[in-house]
Amino acid sequence: MSRLELPMVPFPDAAKVALEDSQLRRNLGKATSAIRAKRLALTAELPDWEQLREAGRRIKAQTMRNLDSYLLQLEERVTAAGGTVHWAEDGDEANRIVGELVRRTGSSEAIKVKSLTTDEIRLNDALADAGVQAIETDLAELIIQLAGEASSHILVPAIHKNRSEIRELFARTLGETGLSDDPADLTRAARKYLRQKFLSTTVGISGANFAVAETGTVCVVESEGNGRMCITLPRTLITVMGIEKLVPSWQDMEVFLQLLPRSSTGERMNPYTSFWTGVHQVDGPREFHLVLLDNGRSKVLANEVGREALHCIRCSACLNACPVYERTGGHAYGSVYPGPIGAVLTPQLRELARFESLPYASTLCGACFDACPVKINIPELLVHLRGQVVAARSERGGLRSSLDPERLAMRAAARVFASPRLYERAQRVSRVAQLPFVRRGRIESLPGYLRGWSATRDLRAVPKEFFREWWKKRHGDRQ
Amino acid sequence: MLARIRSALAGTGGGAGAGAGRGAGSADDLGEPVERSYLMRDERATEVRVAQFVEMVGEYRAGVRVVEETEIAEIAATACADRRFTRLLVPAGFPEAWRPAGPELLGDSVDLETLASVDGVITTCALAIAPTGTIVLDGGPGQGRRALSLIPDYHLCIVRDEQILGSVPEAVRSLREAVAGGRALTFISGPSATSDIELQRVEGVHGPRNLEVLVVGR
Repeated sequence: MSRLELPMVPFPDAAKVALEDSQLRRNLGKATSAIRAKRLALTAELPDWEQLREAGRRIKAQTMRNLDSYLLQLEERVTAAGGTVHWAEDGDEANRIVGELVRRTGSSEAIKVKSLTTDEIRLNDALADAGVQAIETDLAELIIQLAGEASSHILVPAIHKNRSEIRELFARTLGETGLSDDPADLTRAARKYLRQKFLSTTVGISGANFAVAETGTVCVVESEGNGRMCITLPRTLITVMGIEKLVPSWQDMEVFLQLLPRSSTGERMNPYTSFWTGVHQVDGPREFHLVLLDNGRSKVLANEVGREALHCIRCSACLNACPVYERTGGHAYGSVYPGPIGAVLTPQLRELARFESLPYASTLCGACFDACPVKINIPELLVHLRGQVVAARSERGGLRSSLDPERLAMRAAARVFASPRLYERAQRVSRVAQLPFVRRGRIESLPGYLRGWSATRDLRAVPKEFFREWWKKRHGDRQ
Repeated sequence: MLARIRSALAGTGGGAGAGAGRGAGSADDLGEPVERSYLMRDERATEVRVAQFVEMVGEYRAGVRVVEETEIAEIAATACADRRFTRLLVPAGFPEAWRPAGPELLGDSVDLETLASVDGVITTCALAIAPTGTIVLDGGPGQGRRALSLIPDYHLCIVRDEQILGSVPEAVRSLREAVAGGRALTFISGPSATSDIELQRVEGVHGPRNLEVLVVGR
């Protein structure tokens, strides 16, 4: 991963660029509100939705607590079924393993199912360096691959592009000049281009939505059928899976098969879900490799609070629910995992110091928590990480940190709140100090360091009489 | 790597063999069994389930109708004739009495090139799920290997009404044996589709662009 550690643009700066793109904001606003409405309608359809969420949460917590044993069990079952399991500590190692496996087949091309995990480790770039062209086969992934861009949404990566932009792109890159900008027409062009690739390429690469430890079964959930093509037709299939994607038992799938499609696309069931176990005698690839990827996950696991972020099943409901994501889009988060879950996952998977603005990319409104199918308490994780950011900053220390105005203010506030005498005195002082700023009972702008804060907020003026004064007047000094 | 995971788990009461092999419904983060208080079984009558299945499949814009068993061959033949099909794929184990007259019928042994050129495929299924409008293939008799129901542009699937289950948990339970036996499963809910361009749904991307389902009633 060393090649990836470019300087990270802080979220507020990246967001500013995104916010000035009115086309992006229109596309995003339309898309997120449409998926939100579908999700709400379809989750309301199930009377046991909340029970399913709770079961999902518990299964994932149980998985994490026993991850070592379940991984060994998975390895044993996959191997028994004729597959090969590889363990990769980080992205570089996973990329080396996959590159070597493809090289051994002699193929210079590999067809790929959309996979966030392989985006996370930049597998396509690594394969290109090794002389292998990775062909993205999901429509949106194909669009952004042809455009040379990065995904901006977990589920609909090209959410930031509209139909006429895509028509121009296909004309330029696929030589399809006679296309209208009807999505059906554009989809047909992609089908035509990819069909030959599906039928002739001998290596397929996928991620995994789930893997069942008990049976060694891997699951891919999709809509277009490109996934089925990639995992069924090639002679060799390589699946790269983050170690957190495990579930303990086959029965657990009955929970996630209900939670994921409704939360993700707002469908009762996505068009295609595939399960396979190792290698089958007549059905599918002759060779199956499962690459288990750590890449920072064991580090997250060590944090008992932060660990909950690993429960994520990548449905993207939190993105669509988030008022911040809806306005900034995914690129501002500087990671393949954008939105609320990205804000808690990215700083943990990588280095907090490089992503310390992300835990602040939220209003803590809690909409993500309500939407999460496995009840990840994202606001709590955000606050937890903010605490770590502050602690790390003061640990880095130095004069600048000890003179940091926010830190000095918080320290002073802590002292004042700890003492009734100081607190009452501060109240009396504030009643007088506010006078130059109060207009019609409100404070609309504050001086100095507080100006930025008051630029978008009004404060109610401090009252003539405080509760403590009123209480004393009525009851004397009794507690 | 395993050592790193174990040291991450150390001190939290987990790890090092704490959970292996306990399987279904064992323990959550508190050491309690995973509480499964969601609905496990659907008690509705077959007719209600069939009606729901038909409605849900219809919502995916797949063709669906309830038919008598004796009508299947004729309906399939008409479907082929209407579309001017000349070659139809019929996987091994597909009931003789349901095979349509008219198109040339090809078996499992076709190569990929032929498969890419047939007009359609007709299959049975392992089971179906009413509330989600899903059919499940497990490679059993009449279904063939996965590529057979993937490459052709038209898929006609025959579902017997008693195969339609009322809930996802019942379906997952029924499929346990196939999974344990190493068979691949495909859950199909409507024709292949994408919403990748401006979230406008387009039916038919890479899988069969046309899905039709015949529910055999009694």
